[in-house]
Amino acid sequence: MTSTLTPVRKRSALTKGQLPKAAPYIVLALALIIGAAILALIGFNAFGWGIVAAILFTVGLVGWSAAVEGSRKAKDKLATCLVVGAFLIALLPLISVIWTVLVKGLPGLLDPGFLGTSMNGVTGAFDNKSVEQGAPVMGGIYHALVGTVQITLLATVISVPVGLLTAIYLVEYGEDRALSRAITFFVDVMTGIPSIVAGLFAAAFFLAVVGPGTKTGAVAAVALSVLMIPVVVRSSEEMLKIVPNELREAAYALGVRKWRTILKVVIPTAISGIASGVTLAIARVIGETAPILVTAGFATTINNNVFGGWMASLPTFIYTQILNPTSPSNPGPSDQRAWGAALVLIILVMLLNLGARLVARIFAPKAGR
Amino acid sequence: MSKRIDVKDLNVYYSKFLAVEDVNINIDPKSVTAFIGPSGCGKSTFLRTLNRMHEVIPGARVEGEVLLDGDNLYGPGVDPVTVRSQIGMVFQRPNPFPTMSIRDNVLAGVKLNNHKISKGEADALVERSLRGANLWNEVKDRLAKPGSGLSGGQQQRLCIARAIAVEPQVILMDEPCSALDPISTLAIEDLINDLKDQYTVVIVTHNMQQAARVSDKTAFFNIAGTGKPGKLIEYGETHTIFSNPSVKATEDYVSGRFG
Repeated sequence: MTSTLTPVRKRSALTKGQLPKAAPYIVLALALIIGAAILALIGFNAFGWGIVAAILFTVGLVGWSAAVEGSRKAKDKLATCLVVGAFLIALLPLISVIWTVLVKGLPGLLDPGFLGTSMNGVTGAFDNKSVEQGAPVMGGIYHALVGTVQITLLATVISVPVGLLTAIYLVEYGEDRALSRAITFFVDVMTGIPSIVAGLFAAAFFLAVVGPGTKTGAVAAVALSVLMIPVVVRSSEEMLKIVPNELREAAYALGVRKWRTILKVVIPTAISGIASGVTLAIARVIGETAPILVTAGFATTINNNVFGGWMASLPTFIYTQILNPTSPSNPGPSDQRAWGAALVLIILVMLLNLGARLVARIFAPKAGR
Repeated sequence: MSKRIDVKDLNVYYSKFLAVEDVNINIDPKSVTAFIGPSGCGKSTFLRTLNRMHEVIPGARVEGEVLLDGDNLYGPGVDPVTVRSQIGMVFQRPNPFPTMSIRDNVLAGVKLNNHKISKGEADALVERSLRGANLWNEVKDRLAKPGSGLSGGQQQRLCIARAIAVEPQVILMDEPCSALDPISTLAIEDLINDLKDQYTVVIVTHNMQQAARVSDKTAFFNIAGTGKPGKLIEYGETHTIFSNPSVKATEDYVSGRFG
């Protein structure tokens, strides 16, 4: 016994019958080349190239895997290809929207005074001049920005107390009573109300209460809160439901009253979810056009009073700029302003979503040692 | 500051279902009383009727009387909140408030009720309660950290500290050690022994050795079959129940023949 026998093998028995690690890349390269060749025969276009290459890649990789690794791994590869393909298809419209808005909106956004001025006094003559003589595009979205912020803020101030208190009733006091079941049903119905109907409701309501011709930011805020309340109720209800009952019982066992338990234990535990739900509800209504058009009209001047006078908002600004260009003969500058406003709107929604995540993180119960 | 509990002809219901039938029991002040019995026999349900936590569950109700030093908990006009501030409870799973620090958890009973308390008094109460729960030395340097960062056994002792911080007359414990390891269990059992000097302690346990170790008196509950109400079978000095019970079912249960 002079030497220990260690069998020398080139490959482990446990790893045989596997594709090399670079296999997907090799197949991808081949699929792209062959795809380009096929497309060259029938007339090249990028979209067709992508489709053909994707099909070739799937068939090639699955076929190779079936030959070397067996049917189980081949099925796994097929499923992976389908899932990734579905993901890419879902991503396409999103990327396309962001790209289009960025490309078309940036010139408007970078225009000096775009964020700081209104459309007051900007006439078709200015637009004609900027197109014909290359003068800078006049006018901006300041009035629409002010309107959007004020209307959305007021809608939030109306919806959050109503929605949150409704959710508290449903979760803490409802106990499956007839009233709570009715509320749940009507909240579900409200979720499906078309936004224009909410706008008409608010307009008709103020017509009956205040009188004819009432078009103000506040009416629009009421219309938006009709859309917001069900979202706030639903999200807050879900968040309150997942607060463990043990915490409520722990508070009761200390001799704490029910309303104090709700206020000081249940809501603080759920606040991160509630806050992000509210933020998402705001993001949902900030882009509404129809209800604002029938309730607040559209203004070209700055109106800082949400309770009096017509008010512009970003969506209605975009709508009017596209539909009724300031200069009918030269709609270019109006287009540019509309796309710029669209970009600002998307950025606002994105900031709100980021804000929701931030709020959720700040309020989340901390676990530290 | 500890009171006696006398229960007279108590029936406990979940809606129409009779869960526990006809319990009569007298619990002495400054003693530890253990409830034992097979699963589903109504020990925990009965325990929760002693501080009116039973009625938190929709449809739950009781008939009969529970007297705390002669005052009926279920008398007309009695506020369950007053009852619960005199009879504290520790639950099966440790449940510190996740949004609060260790210090705030101890002060929860005071702060959640909006009682004004000076910082000095609060500090003294926190130290006294945590010392009472044998937790002070482990957490005194991190009172501002969240209570959920503690180990399971420490969390349970934090819950006990939270319960004694409101200075109750009676402490109810619903299987307080069932989620804990043997060392944490030992710490809680030592603590129960200390608590007996000041409080009336009632503990539900599945662990018969634990009942034998910590309690002065033991009550054995049993159930005739599923769907039947649970009943108090036998109640007496712990050593009598474990060495010389008068009912056959008790003897079978404590000797491990069923349950």
